[in-house]
Amino acid sequence: MIRKLFKFHGGVHPEPHKSESATAAIRPAPMPSELVVPLRQSTRAAARCIVEVGQHVLKGQRIGEAEGKLGTAVHAPTSGEVIAIGDHPMAHPSGLTAPAVHIRPDGLDQWIDLTPFDYDANDRISMLANLRDAGIVGMGGAAFPSHIKLGTGIGIETLVINGAECEPWITCDDRLMRERGNAVIDGAAILAEVIGARRVLIGIEDNKPEAVESMRKAVAEARPALPMDVIAVPSLYPAGGEKQLIRVLTGIEIPHGKLGGEFGVQCFNTGTAHAVHRAVRFGEPLVSRIVTLTGNADTPGNYEVLVGTPIQHLLPLMGPRPDTDRFLLGGPMMGFALTDLSVPIVKGSNCIIAASPTLFPPPPAELPCIRCGECARACPAELQPFELYWFSRSRNFGKAQEYHLFDCIECGCCSYVCPSHIPLVDYYRFAKSEIWARERESAAADQARDRFEFRNYRQEREKTEKAAKLAAKAAETKAKLAETEGVDNKVQVADGSEDPKKALIAAALARAKQQKAAIKPANTDNLPPEAEAEIAEIEARRQKALGGSEPKPLGVLTTDNNGGEDKQS
Amino acid sequence: MLTALLVMAGIAVVLGAALGYASIRFKVEGDPLVDKIDAILPQTQCGQCGYPGCKPYAQAIANGEADINQCPPGGEEGIRHLADLLGREFKPLSEEHGIEKPKSVAFIDEQTCIGCTLCIQACPVDAIVGAAKQMHTVVEPLCTGCELCLAPCPVDCITMEPVVETVETWKWKYPVIEIRQTA
Ligand code: SF4
Ligand code: SF4
Ligand code: SF4
Ligand code: SF4
Repeated sequence: MIRKLFKFHGGVHPEPHKSESATAAIRPAPMPSELVVPLRQSTRAAARCIVEVGQHVLKGQRIGEAEGKLGTAVHAPTSGEVIAIGDHPMAHPSGLTAPAVHIRPDGLDQWIDLTPFDYDANDRISMLANLRDAGIVGMGGAAFPSHIKLGTGIGIETLVINGAECEPWITCDDRLMRERGNAVIDGAAILAEVIGARRVLIGIEDNKPEAVESMRKAVAEARPALPMDVIAVPSLYPAGGEKQLIRVLTGIEIPHGKLGGEFGVQCFNTGTAHAVHRAVRFGEPLVSRIVTLTGNADTPGNYEVLVGTPIQHLLPLMGPRPDTDRFLLGGPMMGFALTDLSVPIVKGSNCIIAASPTLFPPPPAELPCIRCGECARACPAELQPFELYWFSRSRNFGKAQEYHLFDCIECGCCSYVCPSHIPLVDYYRFAKSEIWARERESAAADQARDRFEFRNYRQEREKTEKAAKLAAKAAETKAKLAETEGVDNKVQVADGSEDPKKALIAAALARAKQQKAAIKPANTDNLPPEAEAEIAEIEARRQKALGGSEPKPLGVLTTDNNGGEDKQS
Repeated sequence: MLTALLVMAGIAVVLGAALGYASIRFKVEGDPLVDKIDAILPQTQCGQCGYPGCKPYAQAIANGEADINQCPPGGEEGIRHLADLLGREFKPLSEEHGIEKPKSVAFIDEQTCIGCTLCIQACPVDAIVGAAKQMHTVVEPLCTGCELCLAPCPVDCITMEPVVETVETWKWKYPVIEIRQTA
């Protein structure tokens, strides 16, 4: 069957340089003396560390718990001892540090108990949680959490498996498809089931005939329940861009600012499909990946590398030639030069290229833009790169966004064709990070404004509350006053005083007197006669002092007075 | 059960009333210019401009009482934005109001803190938590770096720590500079 393929806009034909490493079978990379596993596998989210220094961990044991919306778990890539937890340079163009768990391997490489995940006995939600806890992220480079992408599913018609691998030099997906085609197909079938896709399209650039062959064989062997097509697509960079591959295979044009999921298509990398297969069928979390080591090297190859392996440990495997001046992580179009070779391999690292001045000559000096439009013709995202360049350069970020800056996939086609050698992508990256920073700042400012206003409101409220309380108290006193005036009229009259305050005092005095008089000796039952006599004597003295009234006999006092009874009972 | 419901309902009513009151009490009289100016100001609420907060300064600019170059946290960029908005000439930051500093957050040395609550009262955005005679601490994401809590502290245990760049907040450098250097 000849399938109709579509064409995406633009694109370029850089030197493929695939042959250097494409013939080298995947070999396991030797175990380094120390693994540095970053808790932050991408810039988006960091995992929360759940191990301690000195703890012994097994291969596949979770060392970082998924945290936040975009978080995924991180696992120990081998068995050994946690020797440190601390900041370490990251595989990031900034060369900044991020928290990492340092593990000294014990050489046994002993797996933790693994339990395959039974999808038939579980629901979708637990499947997604399982993938998150297995640390599955996109292996094409962006390391976007797969469970999030799958979570948007339902209503997805087509699953696209991306085996295009369009960047020059990189061959890790090629080797994976050639050698582990069955696993990739099985992973694709699982992914299709999770998102409810009704067909699977596997796109592979036609410069990888062996991979196409192997995948076709794997599909024939697997006899999947739903139609799966392995399709060779014309080699044109960037055919492996998500939107570009979807366009080529299905003809669906995804507009600016939209994602494939909204149009019934979802795209996953072959490496991701493989990782999903391992996680579901064997319960193995994602602890290793295939990395291409190539470039200006004597023995380029493809290696299965544990996540956390320092890059400098891998370099001897490819034998970089003496004139190598730097190493690129990722491809030559989208990768970046490493500033520090101790950075570890993370889940998204697909390739290390030894670069030399002959292989990658330094770009000629930048000249002014002549508005030739070459870049716009080459742009696969159908943007106007020269406009974006102009607005980014003049820091006119609002305008840059209007021209869909965020649809730029940083593929580098525009810089590649630019006759003025302008490093256009650098400007876009600059503009994007400035815009993000501004968004963070304005969010912080909004928060500060709200909190400041609330504090003012609170202070105001406290003030009014205090005033209200004082007013209430004053009113209460006044009310009491009025009441006392009514009751103690007699006293007032007796005193002949009009002043309410004076009257109040007089009333209080009178009350005190009454109370004093009312006090009677307590606990006087069953007393011997001598004691009773003594009490009577004291009482007489007291009464005399109070006002000279006649002392009452004790018996009367103890029986006829309510107050006394109250006190005793 | 019923009491719980009643209590919850009661709380809801009280809070609703409080919110309603706040919306009336703090209703911003629709002056779009003040709001536009306020949106540009950094909301650090530090008072370096000579006004008790960003909003009053915005009001003063709108009334023509204050110049546009009095806010050090906003820096040159802020002044540029204000100049654009108001159609005025850009002028450098007025020195008497302070200098532009890298963004910092307050840090309380918890060993030295005596729990006097003075800093809590000074903080314009309620970014400090603590109670009388208890150790205090700064909630970092809320701190605007206004430095208003430094002076009131009787034991000088608050310092300003510059915010360190992380992988998340790192920015690509402006390319031209790099090219000129290498060329
Ligand atoms: S290709 Fe280069 S010179 Fe031509 S318009 Fe684009 S940026 Fe300008
Ligand atoms: S880097 Fe961006 S602007 Fe340039 S060609 Fe690629 S998508 Fe278009
Ligand atoms: S100086 Fe401080 S209070 Fe005044 S506007 Fe600037 S940040 Fe706000
Ligand atoms: S903690 Fe200090 S520096 Fe931070 S906002 Fe509050 S008063 Fe200002």
